[in-house]
Amino acid sequence: MSLSRREFLKSSAAASAAAAIGMSVPAELEAAAAEAEGDWRWDKAACRFCGTGCGIMMATKNGKIVAVKGDPAAPVNRGLNCIKGYFNAKIMYGADRLTQPLLRVDANGNFDKKGKFAPVSWKRAFDEMEIHIKKALKASGPEGVGVFASGQYTIMEGYAAQKLMKGGFRSNAIDPNARHCMASAVVGFYQTFGVDEPSGCYDDIELTDTIVSWGSNMAEMHPILWSRVTDRKLSDPERVKIVSIQTYTHRTSDIADIEIIFSPNTDLALWNYIAREIVYRDDAEKIIDWDFVKKHMIFAASPVNIGYGMRKDGEKSLKEGKYTALEMETVSKEMSKAVSAKEAPALAPYGYKEGDIMKNQDAPLGNLGHWEISFEEYKKALAPYTLDYTAKISKGDPDEDIEKFKAKLQALANLYIEKGRKVVSFWTMGMNQHTRGTWVNTLSYNVHFLLNKQANPGEGAFSLTGQPSACGTAREVGTFTHRLPADMMVANPADRKITENKWMVPEGTINPVGVQHIMKIHRDIEDGLIKFAWVNVCNPYQDTASAEHWLKAAREMDNFIVTSDGYPGISAKVSDLILPSAMIYEKWGGYGNAERRTQLWRQQVLPVGDAMSDTWQWVELSKRFTVKDVWGEWKPSGPRKEALPSMIEKAKAMGYKEDTTMFEILFANDIAKSYKLDQNDPIQKGYDNTEAYGDSRKVVGSDGKVFEGYGFFIQKYLFEEYAAFTRGHGHDLAPFDMYHKVRGLKWPVVDGKETQWRFNAKYDPYAAKATKDSGNSHAFYGTLAKALKQGNLTGVTDKDGKPKPLPNKAKIFARPYMDPPEMPDAKYDTWLCTGRVLEHWHSGTMTMRVPELYRAVPEALCYMHPKDADAKGVKQGELCWVESRRGKVKARVETRGRNRPPRGLVFVPWFDEKVFINKVCLDATCPMSRQTDFKKCAVKIYKA
Amino acid sequence: MTAREESDRRKFILRMARGAGIAALGGFVWSAYVDEVTASQLLLRPPGAIKEEDFLKTCVKCGLCVEACPYDTLLLAKPGDHKPLGTPYFIPRDIPCYMCPDIPCVPVCPTGALDEASVTTDGKLDINIAEMGLAVIDRETCIAFWGIQCDACYRACPILGQAISVEYHKNERTGKHAYLTPVVHADACTGCGLCEKACVTEKPAIFILPKEVAMGKAGNYYIKGWDKKDEKRLENAQEIKSTTEISKESAVDSLNSDKGLY
Repeated sequence: MSLSRREFLKSSAAASAAAAIGMSVPAELEAAAAEAEGDWRWDKAACRFCGTGCGIMMATKNGKIVAVKGDPAAPVNRGLNCIKGYFNAKIMYGADRLTQPLLRVDANGNFDKKGKFAPVSWKRAFDEMEIHIKKALKASGPEGVGVFASGQYTIMEGYAAQKLMKGGFRSNAIDPNARHCMASAVVGFYQTFGVDEPSGCYDDIELTDTIVSWGSNMAEMHPILWSRVTDRKLSDPERVKIVSIQTYTHRTSDIADIEIIFSPNTDLALWNYIAREIVYRDDAEKIIDWDFVKKHMIFAASPVNIGYGMRKDGEKSLKEGKYTALEMETVSKEMSKAVSAKEAPALAPYGYKEGDIMKNQDAPLGNLGHWEISFEEYKKALAPYTLDYTAKISKGDPDEDIEKFKAKLQALANLYIEKGRKVVSFWTMGMNQHTRGTWVNTLSYNVHFLLNKQANPGEGAFSLTGQPSACGTAREVGTFTHRLPADMMVANPADRKITENKWMVPEGTINPVGVQHIMKIHRDIEDGLIKFAWVNVCNPYQDTASAEHWLKAAREMDNFIVTSDGYPGISAKVSDLILPSAMIYEKWGGYGNAERRTQLWRQQVLPVGDAMSDTWQWVELSKRFTVKDVWGEWKPSGPRKEALPSMIEKAKAMGYKEDTTMFEILFANDIAKSYKLDQNDPIQKGYDNTEAYGDSRKVVGSDGKVFEGYGFFIQKYLFEEYAAFTRGHGHDLAPFDMYHKVRGLKWPVVDGKETQWRFNAKYDPYAAKATKDSGNSHAFYGTLAKALKQGNLTGVTDKDGKPKPLPNKAKIFARPYMDPPEMPDAKYDTWLCTGRVLEHWHSGTMTMRVPELYRAVPEALCYMHPKDADAKGVKQGELCWVESRRGKVKARVETRGRNRPPRGLVFVPWFDEKVFINKVCLDATCPMSRQTDFKKCAVKIYKA
Repeated sequence: MTAREESDRRKFILRMARGAGIAALGGFVWSAYVDEVTASQLLLRPPGAIKEEDFLKTCVKCGLCVEACPYDTLLLAKPGDHKPLGTPYFIPRDIPCYMCPDIPCVPVCPTGALDEASVTTDGKLDINIAEMGLAVIDRETCIAFWGIQCDACYRACPILGQAISVEYHKNERTGKHAYLTPVVHADACTGCGLCEKACVTEKPAIFILPKEVAMGKAGNYYIKGWDKKDEKRLENAQEIKSTTEISKESAVDSLNSDKGLY
């Protein structure tokens, strides 16, 4: 360590300043980087994998990517990568890449649900899609057409998909796999800030004194950020403290000063314990920053009997007996449950005692149904979380001494509380994949807010994102069932109108009911409502819990499932039609990472075989549907209880005809065509654009003729039309061309400057504007749920009163510890937690095809405590069964190595399709965010 | 291939290798054997194998250890392998030793070429004390030393934290990242080769060598003053007698030889 702390702070401040000034420096590097070196060409791109958003450079030779390097100019990674990033050059060239459309056919070549896959033309593929979408529309209306969307869509793809779905088909049954990864973070942001996405950025790592990882194995899942955390620790080992709060020991604990192993779900209690320490010690120790709290905060509460997002009484598949008696033991808790001894003290302030039957009620999607309470009420809600109670319910390692555990909890609280100590709390799936995920997200902000340690440099609770564009596409573009671009909502008439006008579709086109989230899409297929589903850039038949149900529904029911993919994964296998997709560097694209950084890249190479981009697939599909096909009246269907009125007359008034295609309206309109192709434009010069020009492969397209291109710069059009939604609303994106000159920018980008800390008047121009008169330090200017009725912990007290507006304020929520719906018992005595490993990405469709990564980790193991292995009669290295009420898989026992669970818990990663752990997992979700809890269910382990 | 066919194939190969081993003993391929003895210095033997020189004398090429291995890790040297015929060895890059806690390959050895006592602690088999080899890191090609966040070897190590640990250094070039680099500890590494198998470089940057080959040896005449455990080496310390070019003659002879001095 040659850099002293003072020097270190100076250099990091200079780096921050450079980042704030922005873009001129990297522009030169860009020019240099794009130069040809020998017979290869380097150009910049973003890493395909996680939400960290590392910048990389791709080397292209003879039309193929041959190498990759970390981009030394990229602020996130400065030329470094993890081992997944190291193999970006290899991910597109697996031997079994899909190169042509494949359809299940009978001996005569006709579509047959029970048939085998055979190659078909793109024209035939679109013919079949058209037939089956029309069939689905006729049977179930727009709600019968569903899309499994993705946090790995490029920005342009996601925008095209959502535009045809919501503006064309009038269907909101589009929802991304990002639902499984950060929906709880999103609803937490909505409820707390009134607007999505983090206030801080990665620079916080270099500026903080304390890094607390809550339910996040950063060392394996965000390795580049972890190396920054490690560097921070090395810079000042005495001052900087690392705390690892997990349900089992893993690599993130390696450099931790404190490791806390807690019992699954009790992170709710841990956060409340810290808050209780802050609030109850405040009189004596003056801990709370009352000036900040009074100016910026209100306190709030919401119902607790909201269920667990599982199947409900009366749903078709339950009535038809598709769920076994064993499954129903857990699913029944959705309707009602007895309050347990463990949760009773926490629920006492809400009027429950042990043994009470809690009847659960619907919490509407994205539930913003909460009300304001007094500080005194909030204080009451915290009363139960004494050190004794918290330690009793949360100690996760049965072999740990309770007094030592208590001492760690106290040390944790004191780190947060210590005056002048900067603290960042990071989390990923542990807090998001949680049946009270929204709650636990909001609880994190409580602690930071009370101490005025949020939205300041080096201070704040920060949700790390799993996927490369969960933020950039899924959230910001809004490919969720309930969302429209830039934080607008399907349910809000004004937002629909803004969107309809921008899209040049009749006012009233967009379906106002957006509740078909990704679990609901699976369930609607099982219930027979959705008859057509299209999988885009994800693998929902491997990545969804209670998988057996969805596999059966896809294969055994009357429906048509299409999967667009690069490789034959589980979803492709259970489909009726498979479309070969261009992979990441085979198309123009853009991603947005977890720190609001948007990064764009050019098409580097032509796709393999006849593969075409998802954008192209959506745009070609739009040619098959006219105004009269999709904009007529639709009777009530599924979740929608009112008819959707016909838009045909309004469309005619706008100059459209009944047979005008959605292609002409949504994708090839006059504005789109104004984005010219120009080989003198430095952005386009020398680069392929398959969608715009066609390409030398001469792919025969959807009309049976060689595809010659749209003739305009469609990716730029899609990006700019989307970006227009963001500008002026605190989400501002820079122009398309700018992103091709810089290494990404953190929005809002105002006057060419990116924003490091949102809501902070010193750094965020929107906050500066909002605090001009008040002189306040912060403005939490989000607008969702910013007028509340008054109440207490158990409900609204002034039912007839007018909601009180809360401009620029954020919220501190009272939310109790509650049990998850399934916990170990006598029959299923072990917790199962799932997750990832560093070597593999998600379901492994790409990384399991990279020989080196496959060799390193060829199979998913069942990590368990050696004493548990002994007790269950299973041996290191041998196969065991992992069985739940829903299904079982065989996995090899691992009692050593990187993951070391306490007794009573096993960890099985989900990347391996041969160890199909999602057949075992439970599809319970946070009822507010609808995000599945993949981190806990009950299993038994026995010798295979 | 079915499991049955697989097992038949294995038996066939075993038989063949055993036959070759017996032929070798009969002097049939004696000349090749000499080279193979030299080659054997680089072979990785099963856990508990006694010193290579003694091992070659003691092993009867019965193949029982190979049959006992549940992972097909162990191979018997066949003609053309240029290894001492019929003796067991393993190639960790293909199949490493998975370090079974009950070490099935050792107790079956009829001759003590695999010595049960050397892998036994307090009367119980203990694979963690096996010394099959030692992992060696080429720091030039190990990408962790470039700053890549890899440590695949560390995560693959069954005794992670002891046999391989991670060292942390600041990356002064980026100013905000750290190097996380693997370090092998010879006292804990068993040479199982799971790290070599997992290494993501084209040719592994971490690989197993027989301990004799991989390690140097410091003389017993210097003991680390800061390390109590190092005293143990004194047990082998012997009387010191040294000769160099300059000291090879007796003092008197040397004193009487003044040729060329003046």
